Amino acid sequence: MASEEQLSTIKGAKVLMVGAGGIGCELLKTLALSGFEDIHIIDMDTIEVSNLNRQFLFRQKHVGQSKAKVAREAVLKFRPHIKITPYHANVKDPEFNVDFFKQFNVVLNGLDNLDARRHVNRLCLASGVPLVESGTTGFLGQVTVHVKGKTECYECQSKPAPKTYPVCTITSTPSKFVHCIVWAKDLLFAKLFGDKNQDNDLNVHSTDASSSSEHAEDVFVRKADEDIEQYGRRIYDHVFGYNIEVALRNEETWKSRNKPRPLYTRDVLPPRPVEQNGNKDKASTTGDPSSVSAMASLGLKNPQDLWSLRENSDVFLEALKLFFLKREKEIGQLGFDKDDQLAVEFVTSAANIRAASFGIPLHNLFEAKGIAGNIVHAVATTNAIIAGLIVLEAMKVLQNDVKSYRMTYCLEHPSRKMLLMPVQPFEPNKSCYVCSETPLTLEINTHRSKLRDFVDKIVKAKLGMSLPLIMHGVALLYEVGDDLEEVEVTNYAANLDKVLSELPSPVTGGTILTVEDLRQELKCSVNIKHREEFDEEKEPDGMVLSGWTPALATEKNKTSDNDPSSFNASQTVPLEPEDDDEIEIINKDPAILTAGKKRKQSDISVAANSEISSVTGEIPTKSKVEKDDSHSDIVTVDGNLDTNKKKRVQ
Amino acid sequence: MGKEGEELTEQETAIYDRQIRVWGVDAQRRLSKSHIFVSGLRGTVIEFCKNIVLAGVGSLTLNDDRLVTEELLSANFLVPSDENVTRGKSLAELCCESLKDFNPMVSVSVEKGDLASFDVEFFQKFDAVVISCCSLLTKKSVNAKCRKLPRRVTFYTVECRDSCGEIFVDLQDYSYSQKKNEETIECQLQYPSFEEAIAVPWRSLPKRTSKLYFSMRVIERFEVLGNRNPRDTSADDLPNVLKLRKELCEAQCINESQIPDPLLQRLLVARVEFPPVCAIIGGVLGQEVIKAISGKGDPLKNFFLFDAMDGKGIIEDISNINS
Repeated sequence: MASEEQLSTIKGAKVLMVGAGGIGCELLKTLALSGFEDIHIIDMDTIEVSNLNRQFLFRQKHVGQSKAKVAREAVLKFRPHIKITPYHANVKDPEFNVDFFKQFNVVLNGLDNLDARRHVNRLCLASGVPLVESGTTGFLGQVTVHVKGKTECYECQSKPAPKTYPVCTITSTPSKFVHCIVWAKDLLFAKLFGDKNQDNDLNVHSTDASSSSEHAEDVFVRKADEDIEQYGRRIYDHVFGYNIEVALRNEETWKSRNKPRPLYTRDVLPPRPVEQNGNKDKASTTGDPSSVSAMASLGLKNPQDLWSLRENSDVFLEALKLFFLKREKEIGQLGFDKDDQLAVEFVTSAANIRAASFGIPLHNLFEAKGIAGNIVHAVATTNAIIAGLIVLEAMKVLQNDVKSYRMTYCLEHPSRKMLLMPVQPFEPNKSCYVCSETPLTLEINTHRSKLRDFVDKIVKAKLGMSLPLIMHGVALLYEVGDDLEEVEVTNYAANLDKVLSELPSPVTGGTILTVEDLRQELKCSVNIKHREEFDEEKEPDGMVLSGWTPALATEKNKTSDNDPSSFNASQTVPLEPEDDDEIEIINKDPAILTAGKKRKQSDISVAANSEISSVTGEIPTKSKVEKDDSHSDIVTVDGNLDTNKKKRVQ
Repeated sequence: MGKEGEELTEQETAIYDRQIRVWGVDAQRRLSKSHIFVSGLRGTVIEFCKNIVLAGVGSLTLNDDRLVTEELLSANFLVPSDENVTRGKSLAELCCESLKDFNPMVSVSVEKGDLASFDVEFFQKFDAVVISCCSLLTKKSVNAKCRKLPRRVTFYTVECRDSCGEIFVDLQDYSYSQKKNEETIECQLQYPSFEEAIAVPWRSLPKRTSKLYFSMRVIERFEVLGNRNPRDTSADDLPNVLKLRKELCEAQCINESQIPDPLLQRLLVARVEFPPVCAIIGGVLGQEVIKAISGKGDPLKNFFLFDAMDGKGIIEDISNINS
């Protein structure tokens, strides 16, 4: 029980909660019950049906409404006299600046993505407000405490990288179902229904491999008078049949791999399109385009059923047909959305047909949707436990009880008898570019790389800045903001297209650039080193940043990517996902010209929002945990965490 | 999938989507056919109720005839703060109304009466029985009643005092399949009853057994000897509790340092609850009941102990059965 002193600290505290989702609902409830009386809560999301199994402050009737606002109303019913201030907004909005953050005693995160977490971390550092960070996936969860100068910041340790798949794995040599999903979603779906001007790595082999690419461009376009059935079959035969035949010609590829089997509609389906008696007419009278479903018109009901190749082929053709008949207006601008039934049906069937071709096990629609939509597994119990732990840490932070701060893991399988495992936090990483002032080093070809490459690949992608300002000495090279003069806007735009060494204030080897994000109040120095050549495969950015904690690749586990049972504490304790966002596809690099040959070497990366622990280095079961019985019951992890030694908070 | 006949409805699939991705359709189906009984609606049990109603059990039966008081509601988020609503109604009735609203697919009802008076047959209709805020005697007897039934009725008792919490689990003879890497291993566990478990001699337990376990037994014993109502203790009782500790430790041949004074002192102050700990214990309890019903996951055997002071959530196996 909280002591009198503790209670009065709690009563007087002003806390900011970021996120009113799975963790947020539990957290707001527990804070209110625990005696907190001034709570501000930011969440940009609205309520969805799939939230209702755990976000218990919401009901069916609230679907579509602001999470932050509904959560407030629900909590006021049992604690009417406390003050809850909701913001239906993005935490990255300019109103939530350093001054805004400064009014709080502690910030509590229940977020679902790396980007927002980094942003909040920086604002907390800049405003000197302690941060309690959290995350859950299925039965796993964790809570960490970040207090400037006392414990490491959220970015002191590497974050797991989004899963990336080499383009050739996706386009030519898939070996897992997820590869087929990525192909179906990001290549085929995008090619057929998305923006035609977007780069796309889909193999566009024309009917004659040696013919001009002019012909190839047309393969996916429906001809003016082409029958829709005809068109569907043509696409099917092209991507599952012809393209595979072409790929098979490259014998080198298949020496150590199983050869795929080309699939043609004539082999899989009866020669003439089967008339779906009556169903067609029914479908055509449906008014609402969002309710269009190939499953419905084919009489397939259960999304848990595994479809045969024949059924997948039927769904594929039906879905494609329905897009053209019912949703033609959207074609050319569609992006994959996990809540778009027809899109999920199309992607599931296309992925399955491709899987069948490559001898990869097929999956049902429910599973395929989970993989394609990067849907995070979530249960109420873990969120409730994590929220309880967040409040415990928040209370210690308010008491400034530094010695008692803990990072706590919620495990699925006990480790040393523990299901909830507290670990002492680390001291700040002295070489962290976010919370220390360690300069970064960038190797780059200053005669070839443009300022734009630097801004996109380093400042935005790696340093996570959204409103950057770049200076060379006192000369401003680039700046983003609403209050710029027209001249400045023109100048900066012109600078973006200049190579570094030709900027008004030339950037060459030895230059020190200052990169700053005014909103995050984050400033770092980048030492520029000129380098002529980069390895296309290993250094696809054409530049190498060091001193920056790179993302850790986490795709080591052999288990299937979306299998919840594949998570266990000995791998990583996954952080937070919590909500349901899209897989984000980053097509990193445009074509690079080498030796006169045009070659694409981009990576398709699936940036899972379900990102993983910031503390992957010290997974309890991997490290030696010693229990010092004589002192107190503190668990210390004694493992090789990193090359640079980390110190525990004393 | 789809072995067990009935399919989930479209509504169930939509609402339970995220958790089906955790435990699968079969587990969800089993959950929706399960019947749970709870008695003693303080903060931890309220948390538990929320968790399993959200998870989608078939039915939940609530037992607690007490009229609401401010103290009883210290960690309750189900009962609205409005005297016009609460007047004259029992805790179970008020919680029932609110829980029904959480998930219309779960049938929530109230069972009036004194927990101790329910006979063996009464418990027959349940798959899991969870009790709290009752005497040691009632705990033992309800547990014994559950064990008399021909089909397995799992039994749980839970207590939170100050910033500490304890869960006891009795799954009787329980077998489940454990997934290790690619293999599936059939596991069998034998659980002792609450009475058998707490009778296990202390000196036979490993030296590192949680101090909280022993301390809870001392307080439990103190309430029995003093004829106290459950949780009716205060810091003033400390001298007598320390005397009792000495006697128990001597009889059980363990060192008194296994049961530290400050811990006992905290446990005695039990009137008001500590909501973060209720959330943690209620979450773990919810997870355990879901595991046992669904047959998915390794159930804990047989005590779970949490102390916010050190932040550890520990599983202790207190049973003679294997030795």
